[in-house]
Amino acid sequence: MQEVAPQFAIRVHDLVVGFGKTVVIDHLSLDVRRGEILGLVGASGGGKSVLMRTIIGLIPRRSGEIEVMGSMISGANDRTTQAAAGRWGILFQQGALFSSLTVRQNIQFPLRENLVLSQALMDEIATAKLEMVGLTPEDGDKFPAELSGGMTKRVALARALALDPAIVFLDEPTSGLDPIAAGDFDALIKTLQKTLGLTVFMVTHDLASLNTVCDRVAALADGKIVAIGPMRELLQSEHPWVRAYFHGKRSQMLQPKAS
Amino acid sequence: MATAPELTVTPSGDVLELRPAGSWTAANVTKLEAMSEGVAPQLDRSNAIKLDLAGLRELDTLGAWLLEKMSRRASSAGHPVELVGVGDNYTGLIEEVRQVNRRNPVPPPTLNPGVAKLRDIGRSAVSAMDDVNVFLQMLGSLFMALVGVLRRPRSLRLTSLVYQLYRVGWQAIPIVVLITFLIGAIIAQQGFFHFRKFGAESYVVDMVGILVLRELGVLIVAIMVAGRSGSAYTAELGSMKMREEIDALSTMGLDPVEVLILPRIIALVLALPILSFIGAMAALYGGGLVAQFYGGMGPPIYIARLHEAVSVTHFQVGILKAPFMALVIGIVACSEGLRVKGSAESLGKQTTTSVVKSIFLVIVLDGLFAVFFASIGM
Repeated sequence: MQEVAPQFAIRVHDLVVGFGKTVVIDHLSLDVRRGEILGLVGASGGGKSVLMRTIIGLIPRRSGEIEVMGSMISGANDRTTQAAAGRWGILFQQGALFSSLTVRQNIQFPLRENLVLSQALMDEIATAKLEMVGLTPEDGDKFPAELSGGMTKRVALARALALDPAIVFLDEPTSGLDPIAAGDFDALIKTLQKTLGLTVFMVTHDLASLNTVCDRVAALADGKIVAIGPMRELLQSEHPWVRAYFHGKRSQMLQPKAS
Repeated sequence: MATAPELTVTPSGDVLELRPAGSWTAANVTKLEAMSEGVAPQLDRSNAIKLDLAGLRELDTLGAWLLEKMSRRASSAGHPVELVGVGDNYTGLIEEVRQVNRRNPVPPPTLNPGVAKLRDIGRSAVSAMDDVNVFLQMLGSLFMALVGVLRRPRSLRLTSLVYQLYRVGWQAIPIVVLITFLIGAIIAQQGFFHFRKFGAESYVVDMVGILVLRELGVLIVAIMVAGRSGSAYTAELGSMKMREEIDALSTMGLDPVEVLILPRIIALVLALPILSFIGAMAALYGGGLVAQFYGGMGPPIYIARLHEAVSVTHFQVGILKAPFMALVIGIVACSEGLRVKGSAESLGKQTTTSVVKSIFLVIVLDGLFAVFFASIGM
């Protein structure tokens, strides 16, 4: 038996998701390559988060297939999904840290639940993760309510990386951060992606992040992926929504003569 | 794919050669930890270490940290460590791990247990004073809001008041009736059972009537309202505080006490006497049913005995207490709600505190009223 590491980390084929009468994701197909950072853009309320939550199994789908690291995903409570869950980490938009646990306990939570190891090693790993995301060991004793927005995101990232997942899902990682903190966070994601060989699936509106960290960008409009490719290809896309997104007034301000 | 991790140890002369192989990943942590612990004595004994990573199939942060820990153990003892065969894809990770856990966080200073105990006692005394303070502050700002509303009656939130009245009054009626009915029936049954020994069955009616109207009716209802509506108030205001809704109100120039708290407390003050009355009636009815079917005392006799035993004073004593109890429940519930901090745990804690504290205060208040009414001869 020969096992080949799949070329694609995530494969979505012909996916349909809807609530009641509205169809949010309409026959969508998307492949995410191993080791790349894919940015997903789309209108607010256009189904970006829905797509991400469907891939990780939190939202049921109407039809279609989702494959993560070569195994089929069917629902959040399913065995195979949970086995796959050990291979992904998720950074929720608001951090979703457990408010009754300290930062260190938050990071140790996935380790404690999934592995058998000594408390001393667990503490060392937690501190290592904290330092890797740019925090100090002293921050480990704080409670989530005591953290600033940027620190919350960093801790949430440390928790998402606790088990060294193959894929990380980031839901608007830089929203609510100042440009300097957002830039630091982008650099951090890029560094971690390189050192740990992560595949990153990132939902974002931050044009600067898209430009600097994403290997490819996918644009979601009308429930479909209307354009996908490196940033420069997207800038040349003829799709009206994509044009409006990247060549609107706000984006022009950011990209002076991107040629 | 994942293979079993291995660690080959070959001593060659002075140099100890370590060859980790297979998957050094989190999934194998139990085995890895045991292996790296097992090699520690040999690390301490040898003069130089050579770490050959050529055999590694997979490596993650955890595995890299364990390797780093071994090499740190050796180098801190003064033995040189040589790292060879590092694959290109692992260089970054190993460099990264080399930076971490360099600095030991200072443990917080430990206190003498006696001193710590004293400090706890002091803190709880201060927090008890703080509770009194918070209560009085809320009473004061409530009074100010009330004065404001009396000056400009249009500023009373009538919609909110009616809605709260519907929630804490009307919707509470079924459960209040059920519980007080059962309590009345139980008191009557116990009365008949024990008074029968002395042939004093007719006095059961006196006991049920006075107990229910003076004390139990209002007390039971107040405790139920504290648990039912007080906790709801705390949780509502607490989550509004967490979501910064209360701050939003203040920045719009509105007083949260006037907008949110006054209608809630007025609703409670209006609802509790009514609920107490309904509860007392249900309890007397329950007592009457037991008298008929268990005590053999028909309704005409029960009502006549009740008429003789109970005066309007008993009813007044009971019902007069209700608005004050409602005020205490409302103030405790609302001020605890405003003390909620950011976390979900704090919301739960304040809700519990709110219920426990208001039930305690309601009982204390009932005792004070008993002394008061006794001394004025009611």
